Amino acid sequence: MTRTVLSLRDISVSYGKAEAVRNVSLDISAGSIVTVIGANGAGKSTLLNAAMGVVRGEGRIQFDGADCSDEPVETRVMAGMSLVPERRELFSTMSVEDNLTLGAFRAKVTRGEKADRLARIYDRFKRLGERRHQLAGTLSGGERQMLAMGRALMIEPKLLMLDEPSLGLAPLIVKDIFRIIVELRSTGVSILLVEQNARAALEVADYAYVMETGSVTLEGRAADLIHDRRVVASYLGLREAVPA
Amino acid sequence: MDRRLLGVIAILILFALPSIPGIPPYWITLLNYIGLASIVTMGLVVLTGVGGMTSFGQAAFVGFGAYTTAVLTTHYGFSPWLTLPISLVVTGIAAAILGAVTLRLSGHYLPICTLAWGISLYYLFGNLDFLGRHDGIADIPALAVGGHALIASSEYYYVVAIALVLAAVGTSNLLGSRTGRAIRALKGTARAAESFGINTIRIRLVAFTYAAVLAGLSGWLYAHMQRAVNPTPFGLGASIDYLFMAVIGGASHVGGAILGAGIVIVLKDQLQSLLPRLFETEGNFETIIFGILIIVLLQTLRDGLWPHFARLLPGARRRKSGYAEPLPRRSLPEAGSALLDVTDLRKTFGGLVAVNDINFSLKAGEIVGLIGPNGAGKSTTFNLVTGVLHATSGAVRFAGETISTLSARMIARRGVSRTFQHVKLVPDMSVLENVALGAHLRGEAGAMRGLFRFDRTEEARIFREAEHQLERVGLADLAAKPAGSLALGQQRVLEIARALCLDPVLLLLDEPAAGLRHLEKEALAALLKRLSQEGVAILLVEHDMDFVMGLTNRLVVMDFGTKLAEGPPAEIQANPVVIEAYLGGVA
Amino acid sequence: MDGTIALMLVQDGVTTGAIYALLALAIVLVFTVTRIIFVPQGEFISFGALTLSQLQQGTAPSIVWLLVGFGGLAAIFELVEALRHRRFSAVPRILGWNVGLPVLLAFLAIWLAPLKLGLGVEIVLSLALVAPLGPYLYRIVFQPLAESSVLVLLIAAMAVHVALTGFGLLFFGAEGSRTEAFSDAMFNVGPAMITGQSIAVVAVSFVLMLGLYLIFERTMIGKALRATAVNRLGARLVGISTSLSGRTVFLIAALLGGLSGILIGPLTTVYYDTGFLIGLKGFVAAIIGGLISYPIAAVAAILIGILESISSFWASAFKEVIVFTAIIPFLIWRSLRAGPAEDEE
Repeated sequence: MTRTVLSLRDISVSYGKAEAVRNVSLDISAGSIVTVIGANGAGKSTLLNAAMGVVRGEGRIQFDGADCSDEPVETRVMAGMSLVPERRELFSTMSVEDNLTLGAFRAKVTRGEKADRLARIYDRFKRLGERRHQLAGTLSGGERQMLAMGRALMIEPKLLMLDEPSLGLAPLIVKDIFRIIVELRSTGVSILLVEQNARAALEVADYAYVMETGSVTLEGRAADLIHDRRVVASYLGLREAVPA
Repeated sequence: MDRRLLGVIAILILFALPSIPGIPPYWITLLNYIGLASIVTMGLVVLTGVGGMTSFGQAAFVGFGAYTTAVLTTHYGFSPWLTLPISLVVTGIAAAILGAVTLRLSGHYLPICTLAWGISLYYLFGNLDFLGRHDGIADIPALAVGGHALIASSEYYYVVAIALVLAAVGTSNLLGSRTGRAIRALKGTARAAESFGINTIRIRLVAFTYAAVLAGLSGWLYAHMQRAVNPTPFGLGASIDYLFMAVIGGASHVGGAILGAGIVIVLKDQLQSLLPRLFETEGNFETIIFGILIIVLLQTLRDGLWPHFARLLPGARRRKSGYAEPLPRRSLPEAGSALLDVTDLRKTFGGLVAVNDINFSLKAGEIVGLIGPNGAGKSTTFNLVTGVLHATSGAVRFAGETISTLSARMIARRGVSRTFQHVKLVPDMSVLENVALGAHLRGEAGAMRGLFRFDRTEEARIFREAEHQLERVGLADLAAKPAGSLALGQQRVLEIARALCLDPVLLLLDEPAAGLRHLEKEALAALLKRLSQEGVAILLVEHDMDFVMGLTNRLVVMDFGTKLAEGPPAEIQANPVVIEAYLGGVA
Repeated sequence: MDGTIALMLVQDGVTTGAIYALLALAIVLVFTVTRIIFVPQGEFISFGALTLSQLQQGTAPSIVWLLVGFGGLAAIFELVEALRHRRFSAVPRILGWNVGLPVLLAFLAIWLAPLKLGLGVEIVLSLALVAPLGPYLYRIVFQPLAESSVLVLLIAAMAVHVALTGFGLLFFGAEGSRTEAFSDAMFNVGPAMITGQSIAVVAVSFVLMLGLYLIFERTMIGKALRATAVNRLGARLVGISTSLSGRTVFLIAALLGGLSGILIGPLTTVYYDTGFLIGLKGFVAAIIGGLISYPIAAVAAILIGILESISSFWASAFKEVIVFTAIIPFLIWRSLRAGPAEDEE
């Protein structure tokens, strides 16, 4: 039995009176990729934001054995959670290097260790190294996604949460991003992946949850779900839907 | 007992107050001040609480009203009653000019600018010779009724009370009218409002001018009550007081204005005598208490005290609208005739090409689906067609006319109606009123007609239409609920009803089926089919393939801003290029 | 107006303009990082000048009561939150910063005031007494409102202004005061006579602006503040807490406000409510800079200083009218650029 890194219990989030996430529970075991798939507006992003503490909801959140339901974002960052949001949220008028450096803002490590991390990021994302003095706002879509991931990795998180990393990217770059995600898993980072590109997500994930109108309607091993008739009908194919 | 009866009783008590034996005259004077302040604060309710604009310059408008009558009555011998309309018009014109300059500015600029010209006007009042500089103008004649001058505060009380009741009734009327709905749509949903043909800049100006005219009225009353004016009560401090009254009372309710004014003035009166004794020195120490009170309120009771007070009152009952003539409908083009033509449409944001030379067309009565992965440029295309965004190059033609240079408002006028990917409703307005917002262009009553309730026939027709569309989409049971309390899927359907209220020729729906359950989706599909048979053309963005395949005549597939393919659903389903792009295979 | 008078007016204008520039800078900084339109800036000006004046007279500064009071309130807010989350280990730190520090400063001020240790010490002491009010104020008033709209924050800022003015009257009284000049040197440069006071003000302003620039370009905390200004959500995601940035910029703003008061003290008589009008002129400059641009705001501030000194010569009664109307042409220009989405019919 592997250790559980993140455990969400009965998470509910409302915007005004409309419930965006309703009683969702989810577990991620150490070193695995877990994906949440579903249609637009199903509540996937809200769930990630709740896990990170960006939005407040009800329910309990356990991270790395400790309850962090009431902790602010910065405490969760220090504990080893990192989120790459759907809109990347880069510091557009600052350089690539400043963006990355700020990723380690909460890292309690030496200057030298920060420099090492920076070097490792440039090694993993070669393009970022080439553009280290360029302003983040001038990067292309793929580079921005890489910078957002690089920034999130500077804290050396135990859990990396990715919100629609393939959004608006060309297939070749999407392939690259997913390759990196798989590589990261092999370094021991657990990954929570929210994706609309369900097939790509299911192909790399170990375990998957399907969300519909704020609730989890289906969960299972990714390898099983990829052949599940309901999943195929709703998320994977343009083929005729098969009645469930 | 309903609210209307309660209102009548409140008015009766208001007018009976001075006749109650034993009431100290000082109380009546205090009540007069509360009345004057309430009138100004009601303007702020419309402007700030409902319209979302903040003004730190209301006291300057009070000054316009007061100085206008002071100058005209003392220098030129005008009768005080004659100066009433003149004072209101002068204040209104001043507000319209200042508003025209500042109201286009976004969010926080407006309050800062009102701050700047509020101070500027204060110093102007105090330095102009014909306004008597800092001494002001004295010996302003009293109001007279049938030769009897209203000098005693217990007599002037009735003038203030009548003005207060008129202002309260007028403000309630205005907020309930076509203009009022538009003002309520300003906060957070201005973009959507433009898409229903609401000229948001003009509506902002209307709200701003209305608030200023109420302030002018209060100023006119003040001048004839004091029979002297000087710049002091028209400075920034007074403006801040008015805003505090609105916040304390509850900035979005007419009743809150009176409650807030009452609390501030009574408290100020008490503190002004208490605090200097406490601190053993002279000065306006009550500001400390007010400052703290406001901060505590903002941190704990953001909506002010009125909602808590109103809970004790009986709820308002919605009167079921009776029979009304249906609104006239526009004639729809013949099914199959060319309607929408998009040629080489392109939109870039900085270096990013969001829509890359797209071409497609739509015939009357056709249902076309726009599909593609997230970020493919579908919503941007919608925004280009509806005029929310303007194309970098290329053209959109609608019924033979180029519309790509027109504003969202003018495109709406031509019968193009839409829903939004991220729902844009006025959350605290009822479902029915939200739907009625869609019929804005089918009415014409302005603020004046709304104020005096000369808009009843038209309002009944608009609400009949709104009820009809709400029934059509199956939300009739929820008509009286606040829109924000609906589930997300229902809110999307509500947007469709609102879009239908425009009587559209072309309907653009952005992910209408998202968040709906199976049966609801079927009902929606049936409704859309019926609409298309009536001759309405529908363009929809949707991710639910099952829904799209069964419903549309044709599909346009987009990826990275470019059109990938176009054709009947069956053909698209088998198209290998589309499958590859849509599935975005990584293997 | 002959050349000598013109030069004198420009010199006066640049001197006050440099102070407005500091204020504009603080306003832009606070707004971009916290979205708060910092109206109470003006009270810090009054507090700075009046505190220095009291120290120069050898009396214990009244500001210590406000300092201890605000610190105590901030401590209560912090303690309630710490205890609710059972973070008992934070208690000593909270008490140290919010109770220990102000009490220590208060004793120091009361002890040092009668000794009249000279301008340098008195200035440092004044700033040390005024600056911590900024972070305390942020903790008490704005941190609980951090997620509110700009308008709510503005109303709160206005309420703080109103309350602080009242406190100013309570603690400093209605009497105004003028502090001693830093320098009574005079320099003849061609036809103009430049006062040492002007040079001191301009130099201090310039050095401070340069210092701030270096902090924002080179230090981690400076970068963190810039990051918060550019993208609040992004900043939160890397662990820069809203409250940390808020307290830091309020510290800087209070410091700049207090210092502006100290700089302007010898130039004009400062009353408990004088600062507000001075602060608003910094505001006008900040608005012309779009509340975003530091350089435009700084240049605008100098121009406003010159405009003010010229109009006080020509039409002194209308000085304020002219200065506050100066933003109108700028606004018209801005609204004309306000995008095609708002075309008229």
